[in-house]
Amino acid sequence: MPEEASTRKLTIARAMAEAIAQEMRVDERVFVMGEDIAALGGVFGNTRGLLDEFGDKRIRDTPISETAFMGAATGAAMDGMRPVVELMFVDFMGVCFDAIYNCMAKNVYFSGGSFKVPVVLMTSTGGGYSDAGQHSQCLYGSFAHLPGMKVVSPSNARDAKGLMTAAIRDDNPVVFMYHKGLQGMGWLGTEPAAIVPVPEETFTTPIGKAAVVREGSDVTIVGLAMGVHHGLRAAEQLAERGVSAEVLDLRSLVPLDREAIIASVAKTGRLIVVDEDYQSYGVTGEIIATVVEHDVRLLESSPQRVAYPDVPIPFSRPLEQFCLPNADKIVAAYDAMGH
Amino acid sequence: MQPGRAEKRWMYETMLLSRRYEEAIEKIYLEGKQPRFDMAAGPIPGEMHLSNGQEPCAVGVIAHLEAHDTVTATHRPHHQAIAKGVDLKEMTAEIFGKKAGLSGGRGGHMHLLDPRVNFVCSGIIAQGLGPALGAALSRTMQGKPGVAVAFIGEGAVNQGAFHETMNLAALWNLPLIVVVEDNAWGISVSKKDSTAVERNHVRAAAYGIPGHFVPDNDPIAIYDVAGEAIARARRGEGPTLIEIETDRLAGHFMGDAEQYRPEGEKDALFARDPIPRLRDQMLAAGELSAEDVASIDAAVARRIDEAVAFARESPYPEPSDALEHAFHPVT
Repeated sequence: MPEEASTRKLTIARAMAEAIAQEMRVDERVFVMGEDIAALGGVFGNTRGLLDEFGDKRIRDTPISETAFMGAATGAAMDGMRPVVELMFVDFMGVCFDAIYNCMAKNVYFSGGSFKVPVVLMTSTGGGYSDAGQHSQCLYGSFAHLPGMKVVSPSNARDAKGLMTAAIRDDNPVVFMYHKGLQGMGWLGTEPAAIVPVPEETFTTPIGKAAVVREGSDVTIVGLAMGVHHGLRAAEQLAERGVSAEVLDLRSLVPLDREAIIASVAKTGRLIVVDEDYQSYGVTGEIIATVVEHDVRLLESSPQRVAYPDVPIPFSRPLEQFCLPNADKIVAAYDAMGH
Repeated sequence: MQPGRAEKRWMYETMLLSRRYEEAIEKIYLEGKQPRFDMAAGPIPGEMHLSNGQEPCAVGVIAHLEAHDTVTATHRPHHQAIAKGVDLKEMTAEIFGKKAGLSGGRGGHMHLLDPRVNFVCSGIIAQGLGPALGAALSRTMQGKPGVAVAFIGEGAVNQGAFHETMNLAALWNLPLIVVVEDNAWGISVSKKDSTAVERNHVRAAAYGIPGHFVPDNDPIAIYDVAGEAIARARRGEGPTLIEIETDRLAGHFMGDAEQYRPEGEKDALFARDPIPRLRDQMLAAGELSAEDVASIDAAVARRIDEAVAFARESPYPEPSDALEHAFHPVT
């Protein structure tokens, strides 16, 4: 990243569109396809302005045919293009997952590395706005579990731009998961802390590197995307009680920056993992296993997780809010560790 | 569109190579699997889907293709891979799971991928349609020559991927040819028990594109229809759907006892084997001599012997090679 900090603030949506536009200007192999990404600019704003600059050959609205266009992204990538393809809601993976996990994610391996598959699959995640159980999931763990896909999920606009640029330049499939509540779309409600200064020039944020977004010494709070913001708010609350919390923003799930997790827990001795995806068999368990496998003695007390309970996401506001992670739950998890 | 003498000869040679190759593979596959059939045993473990009987589909279409054209094939890929020019030694080593195989043994017989001749196949019914669509889109966007051919079976037409792909190919007017090899059986379920229309080429009407049916597993008739479709795609006039009536002479996979076949069906299929039929036609027309037939037989046998010897002699990969090539390194 350039050393001179920019003061221009962007939303994640704007940052994603800017990264794509900058890559499209210098690399004619890059193109975008998906549902409502052209004239509408993406339901979540992340392709706004691209149609006007690049035209409808490179910014291609598709029919509601995810299996065909996910497969087409793979075929085009193996033929030398660098497609950026949108799965409007991650929940829609159910209609096209063969094209993703069985084909896009496996053809590098099945060719012994002789084919490149440079696809960026961008997809929206997250709930909190009463969209019920088929439009509110995160499914981070589902993608991260299956080999052959890199998986990133930014918590702020600067990382969104850098990760998108890195993703487009990567020769492997990269799943770029953006949380709707961080996107900067007014109608979805927005986390203001996701809107940060973003350099105007091109830069990459390395895939597979976590970031310490708040330093601390008593407890490590690990999260990604919206979970980072819950973690930061919890750290504020804990600070008022004299507890120093470190907050680690994973930014990437695949590759996972296990060293950063271990280094932080080695310093604090306590671990809370925050995840808006389902609790069992998922991201939280993987983070805890990373520490325990490395050296269980790093932990001064049992690690805690604040994740989505193992039920479908309900519509009604009190029901959904009861299930979602938040800062209070993180503070309660800290208290549950015993001190 | 009729093949010239050299093309006809290539078609005969390639069909014969594919057939004799599969006969060799069939024999090797059974090594270590008798008297008790154990799929995991022997020099070629795993499933084995033979394409014998379906060779006319491969040669009749691929006779019109160049190395730069893309082919996506199925779990039954040998005839198309051979016709497309996939390196026979590396393909055989792959089928044996050897280090010198196309992917170093990571894929096996259902996952033969060769970027040098733009060939891929996959183990999931209808999976190749989307990637073929994407290759056709890529050529159009790049302004580079090349068409894409997706080979599928008649069972794949009933997958959602077929509808989505055909609609998009027509909508975007892409150089895609979808070739349905109708061998009448989806494992044990017959076409009439799975498919609402007698012939799938009529489904082209749903997308406003040409649809053709080629009866009788005839490589010359396939050549004719495919040639028109491919020329049309090269002219930028869009996709075509072709259904070919073909025969699966073997079971779905090796070990399939085929109890579901009606009595006498297999005998009838062998009686109309397309390879001797083409040979006899060419002999009668003076396009092949008895000496040509013998020298083609010998050349085919030599290529297969070399490929099998190469595969047998190649070492297995290091077990820990399994952990490599999930990702390209970041450059």
